[in-house]
Amino acid sequence: MLDDFMLRAGLAGIGVALAAGPLGCFVVWRRMAYFGDATAHAAILGVALALALSVSPFLGVLAVSLLMAVTVAGLTGRGYGTDTLLGVLAHTGLALGLVAASLIAGAQVDLMAFLIGDILAVGKTDLAIIWGGAALVLALLAWRWRALLTATLNADLAFASGLPPRREEMLLTLALAIVVAVAIKVVGALLITALLIIPAAAARPLARTPEMMAALAAGIGAIAAISGLVGSYLADTPTGPSIVAAAAALFAIVNIAASLYRRLDRSGPSA
Amino acid sequence: MSLLTATSAAVQLGGRTVLHGIDFAIDPGEIVTIVGPNGSGKTTFLRLLVGALQAASGTVARQPGLAIGYVPQRLAVDGTMPMTVERFLNLPVRRDRTAIAETVALTGLEGMEHRQLTALSGGQFQRALLARALLGKPDLLVLDEPTQGLDQQGEAEFYSLLETIRQDMGCAVLLVSHDLHVVMRASDRVICLNGHICCQGAPTVVSEAPEYRALFGLGSQGALALYRHDHDHAHDHAHGHNHDHGHNHDHSHLETSPDA
Repeated sequence: MLDDFMLRAGLAGIGVALAAGPLGCFVVWRRMAYFGDATAHAAILGVALALALSVSPFLGVLAVSLLMAVTVAGLTGRGYGTDTLLGVLAHTGLALGLVAASLIAGAQVDLMAFLIGDILAVGKTDLAIIWGGAALVLALLAWRWRALLTATLNADLAFASGLPPRREEMLLTLALAIVVAVAIKVVGALLITALLIIPAAAARPLARTPEMMAALAAGIGAIAAISGLVGSYLADTPTGPSIVAAAAALFAIVNIAASLYRRLDRSGPSA
Repeated sequence: MSLLTATSAAVQLGGRTVLHGIDFAIDPGEIVTIVGPNGSGKTTFLRLLVGALQAASGTVARQPGLAIGYVPQRLAVDGTMPMTVERFLNLPVRRDRTAIAETVALTGLEGMEHRQLTALSGGQFQRALLARALLGKPDLLVLDEPTQGLDQQGEAEFYSLLETIRQDMGCAVLLVSHDLHVVMRASDRVICLNGHICCQGAPTVVSEAPEYRALFGLGSQGALALYRHDHDHAHDHAHGHNHDHGHNHDHSHLETSPDA
């Protein structure tokens, strides 16, 4: 039943989930959800530019995502809220990307694939890029893990420990750009944030430490990728959205189970 | 040699000068308390010294390799991040198990190692912050209103703990506090801050001091402290100290202190 393309799709989904889970925890902890959205939307401009210049879309997405992150950092604190800045840049990137793509003949069909993703079209090169990017993101997170946690918990504590939080913010931004660049083919620009946030959110009620939450988020993401893929194959539904729907189902199950458990726990000893 | 030295340091936040002309040094083992009205720049002062803020002008020099243990005034622990007390104590450096056990015992956190930070009471949370700061074997412990939200007994316990720590570890302590009568007794030096260092000196506890209440705008229940102080800079109000930020600051009392 598992054709070669299904195997590649499964591996691609798992690769993205393994990196997106732990990184998504930081997105949740730091309340950067909108930042993920903005990076992903701006990535469409990167895709359009890459198609125009005939370079790898991966490079285009990475370049534009990083450019946007640097622009946000540079404009922050000049009288606009970060959410406003992100809104301006995200939708500007998305709009300019769509406009630019319309000027390039034949690009429209390609661009749709990047908006909603086309995991079934993942080739061997894509797979190498996805796993390479995921490994790089995980290595970055592991390398700076303690500093990242401290800076996320409280910026002043990080300063007092000799860890300037700004550096960790830049590192997270870079990791986010990489994940968006590698994941855009799997779930598409419109659903990348879901893959970052939903597994991390689903892991929260089950975790007692940040490390546990990161590991669980990666696991939940991988399960969602597999079950979404299989579900889309059986029901003939679009794959990217099916993966996100599977993640959402896991989120619901975990939360319902956790609240039932709490209720039992409370009524247990008194009964 | 002083642990850290600030020289004519000024801090601007959002275009407003919050602190200016700060000359300050703290020596090993010294306990220094900062007092001042709300909005006088006390927290900014601490953040400048620990390196969380950069001086807009002037300098802050820290002794090379200075270990600072910082306990911020308010640490909003986001419920989205699961964090046990034990894990928190190992941030950012993993500590030795026996050191953790000792510090947990010293700060009275036994049995709470596996609790979530968000499940701690205010006092327990303050002690967890202190324990984490102590595990870094600090040369300088910086505490921003550490007894905020504690009842009187909690306050008294906290300060006696602080005294024990100073004796055992020999670290200098710099703290901001409102609890004048308790603090004064434990401090070597008191600094009155209001955008700049108004005055500083050794505290002397007396039974009643109305001038003190006037200076700090305290309620009638009373600060029982008065302190001996030195003016280390000219206090000519004509040269434009900005004294319009909401405090009733009567400098005339300074000439009535006990050593005068």
